[in-house]
Amino acid sequence: MSTTYREKAQVLDETALDRALTRIAHEIVEQAGGGSDVALVGIKTRGVTLARRIAGKIAAIEGAPPAVGALDITLYRDDLGLKAEQPIVRGTEIRFPIKGRTVVLVDDVLFTGRTIRAAMDALMDLGRPRIIRLAVLVDRGHRELPIRPDYIGKNLPTSRRESVAVMLREHDGVDRVVIQEPTEP
Amino acid sequence: MGWKRKDLLSMRDIEATEIAHVLDTAESMKEIASREIKKVPTLRGKTVVNLFYEASTRTRTSFEIAGKWLSADVVNFSASGSSTEKGESLLDTALNIEAMSPDVVVVRHRASGAPALLARHLKCGVVNAGDGAHEHPTQALLDLLTIREKKGHLEGLNATIVGDVTHSRVARSNIHGMRKMGITVTVAGPPTLIPPACQELGVKVSHRLEEAIAHADVIMMLRLQHERMAGGLIPSLREYSRVWGLSLDKLRHCRPDVLIMHPGPVNRGVELAPEVADSPYSVILDQVANGVAVRMAVLYLLAGSKAA
Repeated sequence: MSTTYREKAQVLDETALDRALTRIAHEIVEQAGGGSDVALVGIKTRGVTLARRIAGKIAAIEGAPPAVGALDITLYRDDLGLKAEQPIVRGTEIRFPIKGRTVVLVDDVLFTGRTIRAAMDALMDLGRPRIIRLAVLVDRGHRELPIRPDYIGKNLPTSRRESVAVMLREHDGVDRVVIQEPTEP
Repeated sequence: MGWKRKDLLSMRDIEATEIAHVLDTAESMKEIASREIKKVPTLRGKTVVNLFYEASTRTRTSFEIAGKWLSADVVNFSASGSSTEKGESLLDTALNIEAMSPDVVVVRHRASGAPALLARHLKCGVVNAGDGAHEHPTQALLDLLTIREKKGHLEGLNATIVGDVTHSRVARSNIHGMRKMGITVTVAGPPTLIPPACQELGVKVSHRLEEAIAHADVIMMLRLQHERMAGGLIPSLREYSRVWGLSLDKLRHCRPDVLIMHPGPVNRGVELAPEVADSPYSVILDQVANGVAVRMAVLYLLAGSKAA
């Protein structure tokens, strides 16, 4: 029924992943000009973890951490009823006003861009941010919508049938990113 | 894991994991109620028909708000003044509605089993919003959500359901739901209003209110239908209220963290003293708020499921 995958290659190890997040944190601070109006909003689930880690790094640079929120895009998906099973609604937790702020959306993998489209709609329903930017750990290409990230941990050319797995200590016990390919040709 | 059913007909049919899944989904929906703009686009282009053959304001409004917050088009069809009075059968009405391609039909009917009958004949999802003295599953789900929210868990709690258990679909759905979630259930009321074979549902039976509520974490008071008196099942409202009504005085022997619930509408001064209904123990308004969240979850799960 569901496709099984085997690991093809490791793309980022623990050190490289950490370095990528550090660089993203620096770029966010640089572009924001040290303003405190930046808020990070992670897309559930791994985007939230990445947003928290980037926030920690910004705190180390700036002295204070930016606000961090968690966004669940399930209710904004464009494929309702197309999947065999209804996606689980996990809830949005953004406890600060986003009106007039620079909001950096954070996700693990950027692929078709549909998740980001849903995330922007979800965000707009909560208020009117001044700017929305996008930070992703891995950009694997194959966009289906005109969406482009502002901060990229790693550009990773992939084929459509492959899958990119981001593993994080908090969820998977280890920090690494791998490319997987289907076991069935 | 997840939800695979076309319909939600009873708490008896569904499994503990499915109940937990609805409650988790409902919990996530609650955030929408706190927004300035209470609308998400999830069910855009989906149609929900409220097919109510019995008077109901709360439940119908709750489904209507739930559907609207999810951007579904909600149509209310009430039986009075409609085709039913012209002699159309339930099934014919439903097939006519089906011809207008709704995604979910929400049914309330005085006959037990009416929603199940419709579910067998309709391709769209069917939600039982109360059928006779049978079940009212979304009420039980919102009650469970309220209890879980207030107590942090369900497993191991003691709940006492007081009043007219025999005629109560709310009681029946709650007994099934609570038992599945590991809650110990006691039912209490005059023998005329407690079904004789009640123990077979796995509940304890008590005919003394004070004893039944002494160790309860949750007390659920049922609405006393005035017509029960005409049927000779209770001597008088005043006597019922004195023996089975919940007063502050009777509450003195309860746990200090007891929750008082009521499915509404409350007969103040009959089953519930006004001071109790307005006391900090009462979670009646939380139940109403959670009702919208639970119905959003149910509409989301049914309207989006492939089976529908």
